[in-house]
Amino acid sequence: MMKTDIQRNLAAGREYLGVDKIDGPLLFVKNTHPVGYRELVECVDSQGELRLGMVLDSSRDVVVVQVFSGTSGLSMPGTRVRFRGRPHTLPVSKTMLGRVFNGLGQPSDGGLAPMGEQDMDVNGRPINPTAREYPRDFIQTGISVIDGMNTLIRGQKLPIFSGNGLPHNELAAQITRQAKIKGAEGNFAVVFAAMGVKNDVARFFIRSFEESGVLENVALFLSLADDPSIERLITPRSALTLAEHLAFDEGMHVLVILTDMSNYCESLREISTLRGEIPSRKGYPGYLYSDLAEIYERSGMLKGFPGSITQLPILTMPNDDISHPIPDLSGYITEGQIVFEREMYGRGIYPPVAGLPSLSRLMKDGIGEGMTRDDHPHLSSQLFAAYSYVKDVRNLASVIGEEELTPLDHQYMEFGEFFERKFVNQGHHENRSIEETLDRGWEALSLLPAEELHRVTQDELDTYYGRIADRRGSYGDGTGERD
Amino acid sequence: MKERIVGTVRRVNGPVVEADGITDAIMMEMVQVGEVRITGEVIKLEGKGAVIQVYEDTTGIAPGDPVYGSGEPMSVELGPGLIGTIYDGIQRPLEALFDISREFIQRGISVPKLSRTTRWTFSPAAKEGDEVQGGQCLGTVQETERILHNILVPPGISGSLSYLAPSGDYTVEDIIARVRTLEGEKELKMYQSWPIRKPRPSADRLPLSEPLVTGQRVIDTLFPLAKGGTVAIPGGFGTGKTMTQHAIAKWCDADIIVYIGCGERGNEMTDVLTEFPKLVDPRTNLSLMNRTILIANTSNMPVSAREASIYTGVTIAEYFRDQGYHVAIMADSTSRWAEALRELSGRMEEMPAEEGFPAYLPTRIAEFYERAGYMKTLGGKEGSVSIIGAVSPPGGDFSEPVTQHTKRFVRCFWGLDRQLANARHYPAIGWLDSYSEYLEDIKGWWEEKVGPEWSADRSEILDLLQKEVRLQQVVKLVGPDALPDSQRFVIEVCTVFKNAFLQQNAFDDIDRYSTAEKQSRMLHLIVTYWRRGAEAIQRGVTLVKLKRMKILQDVIKMKFSIANENMEDFERLEMKLERSLDRLGAIYDEN
Repeated sequence: MMKTDIQRNLAAGREYLGVDKIDGPLLFVKNTHPVGYRELVECVDSQGELRLGMVLDSSRDVVVVQVFSGTSGLSMPGTRVRFRGRPHTLPVSKTMLGRVFNGLGQPSDGGLAPMGEQDMDVNGRPINPTAREYPRDFIQTGISVIDGMNTLIRGQKLPIFSGNGLPHNELAAQITRQAKIKGAEGNFAVVFAAMGVKNDVARFFIRSFEESGVLENVALFLSLADDPSIERLITPRSALTLAEHLAFDEGMHVLVILTDMSNYCESLREISTLRGEIPSRKGYPGYLYSDLAEIYERSGMLKGFPGSITQLPILTMPNDDISHPIPDLSGYITEGQIVFEREMYGRGIYPPVAGLPSLSRLMKDGIGEGMTRDDHPHLSSQLFAAYSYVKDVRNLASVIGEEELTPLDHQYMEFGEFFERKFVNQGHHENRSIEETLDRGWEALSLLPAEELHRVTQDELDTYYGRIADRRGSYGDGTGERD
Repeated sequence: MKERIVGTVRRVNGPVVEADGITDAIMMEMVQVGEVRITGEVIKLEGKGAVIQVYEDTTGIAPGDPVYGSGEPMSVELGPGLIGTIYDGIQRPLEALFDISREFIQRGISVPKLSRTTRWTFSPAAKEGDEVQGGQCLGTVQETERILHNILVPPGISGSLSYLAPSGDYTVEDIIARVRTLEGEKELKMYQSWPIRKPRPSADRLPLSEPLVTGQRVIDTLFPLAKGGTVAIPGGFGTGKTMTQHAIAKWCDADIIVYIGCGERGNEMTDVLTEFPKLVDPRTNLSLMNRTILIANTSNMPVSAREASIYTGVTIAEYFRDQGYHVAIMADSTSRWAEALRELSGRMEEMPAEEGFPAYLPTRIAEFYERAGYMKTLGGKEGSVSIIGAVSPPGGDFSEPVTQHTKRFVRCFWGLDRQLANARHYPAIGWLDSYSEYLEDIKGWWEEKVGPEWSADRSEILDLLQKEVRLQQVVKLVGPDALPDSQRFVIEVCTVFKNAFLQQNAFDDIDRYSTAEKQSRMLHLIVTYWRRGAEAIQRGVTLVKLKRMKILQDVIKMKFSIANENMEDFERLEMKLERSLDRLGAIYDEN
């Protein structure tokens, strides 16, 4: 052990009585020993209650500490501070499944803290790109608009861009319930991190996990709307630390649901403003992108490891604006996005997924022959093209009136209606197989003349175009299996 | 200069470390901070203080920790072993890091940038007693099947060659030559170091005259890039910046590709790493990895290394240019680099200009793009560096500072269009915003190498696309029926052109890449359909008849059905098209 390490360990035992400034969730401590950046801090208030924090800025003169559980109740002379000489770590183990924790990973279900098998730094470490395995396993969610048009792949990070009042929680719950991988069952876990969401929302998820009988495979990290906002900054990191342990030490397939990332970003802005940093867009700090990347990039698969981390972050777009910094920067990091549209929701379509701006970047390698079905790539591309034309026709119709449209445009209108009502729209408990999804896509395309379908091959036209009625037998009446 | 302690840490704030007690630190000097020895660079000196930007995570660094100076500026090592390697932003080979720290990257690891143990077969190309100078070739190493690596005298060294190693196997550390210079004898190895922020010298800048053929039709035909040119690809998320960059990296006719993943997704680099070795370059029938160098600073790696990665990449590119190669750099994305500048500037509490970016942003962008060019090298060869920089404007809004400043310093602009991307029309390069100033420079090449009709065809179709926009505005107000057939035919031809030509499927074995000849043939067929069709309409043929021509389906599917090698199929298709058009016209001529 080096001399400096010994000194630091000794110093970690020192306790400072009194702080020099308290500003929001930040503590300023002067005249300390040399304190490391991002070191774990323990503060004890005058009642003897322990609060955890992290060093945000360290200099010879003053150390800035961010207290995760807030500073209310702390007094300047009565606060005792101890710098632990190591970063914030979380003891993790498989026994954490089935339990409820706060944002820092401390149990909040009344039970004892689980024995950790390993202490892991909550900030994680960047994955070496050469160690990554490129994700290509198709996850069947049973939801047509996702499976058919924006396929989810194991190891992907695919956020839901939603708005207030839209059914993103229902969709996330339905995906959790129905998701399965062709030919691979079993060993899965769900890590659920709630940041600043309402108690009702948390309860909705717990109930939904209960109903589908997966609760013992779920670890919940709850930092709810009435918890200190600063705790939200550490919540996703705690959750992902456990997810990494489950995926890469225990070999499990982990689905991580992070909701709501907008609240996380708000907390980040709060801290940044308090520290007097130069803001970039809309008051968010310039490092919002890097900070979000630290979270989103903790997903994927590693070569030689059986497990995986699939991320499903949910964020509500402020004012439904997709160009707002939060969805915008997220979209640059995540591998696609599922975008909700209020107008579709108003028309009673569930899930109200906007066809055009939604995208799955990893879909190209996970679909097609041997994975879903050979016609899938061309079919989805054709559906996108036709649906995008429908949007143009609808705009035109709103100006010149529907009667003035050409016969071809009328066909497109009909296609659009069918596509939204029969393909996109489905029940909360309707679980469609990939074959059914694709057949429904062909059924929609069959409403258009074959010459219009430039993106599918002649062979595919011969096999599927206008022939779906004959193929029905394979899965019943076309309404899909219901559970 | 020997390693020495140049100061101690005073303050740590993210990737910015302030030091005091500074003795003889040098501006831009590479330093190591703390006992964990994380790498950084001195970016400001003031009195006894210094500001250091650190390329690794600073967790645990405390005031009082020592700062070690290396005496050297931040440099890259240039020599055999570069090709096919994946580096991080400061040229640490990621595979070597993996051997030490496994799946998750640890801090403070130092590994040689080029392998010290690999032996390369050196064949001398000069002889003892020769007068040599910087940039001259001393000998060659067959680095990959495709790349013959020229071992060059480093710029700035000249004199007579007192020793040159005979043919044989050497490591990069072995001395292969001694040069008697005015300052005394210098020992040369197979590798040299070069500071990343300093452009490598060349003899002369030559005019651009050759296109960089990318195999992407919308680029080569409508908005061509010249070898040695610069281009920006801006686009919101999901519009296909990375897809376009990947397609160019795969199929363009450069000799060497330097792919810089700057602050982007980890899986994208993995995609390149898994896909490129399997793909075969159609020009040489060798694996694409045989010509590719990757620099990966993914978005969760430290911010300041992101800033350095761009310079690391361009310096490596210049080194291969100096050997007489044509190099293309993909920088994906320069916005992340600009944001790294912003973050560091903010942490240093500098006065911000637009949107928090530092005032020197345009200067830095200009310096970077000016390192491209078609050069006469010091060794008397010709080589080029082309830069293809992606820009990720927030909210897809091209009026933001990075896009606007980049536009000032590039001569070609491929604006990605959200509408096209939504319709899954890829590459989503919009034909209204995009432009290329290289057209005049490279027109001669096309006319000479491919066919004289190229320029005329190209301007005709561009003209039609412009017309179509105006017509579509009318259609939006009154519906298509209000237009006469002659004008509706313009819209029809443009639709055919977009489907049959502009759209290109990157995953189709035939369509993913088109030779210049195929492009010009396809263009000519569509222009023929337009010219003859417009005539026919004047003679009274209805639009419906023209649209229903059976041959049209063959024209639309030609990109998938006719491979690059089967040019005679185009002749046949052209004849069939002419014949069908003749027949159509004939009915009306009789009346």
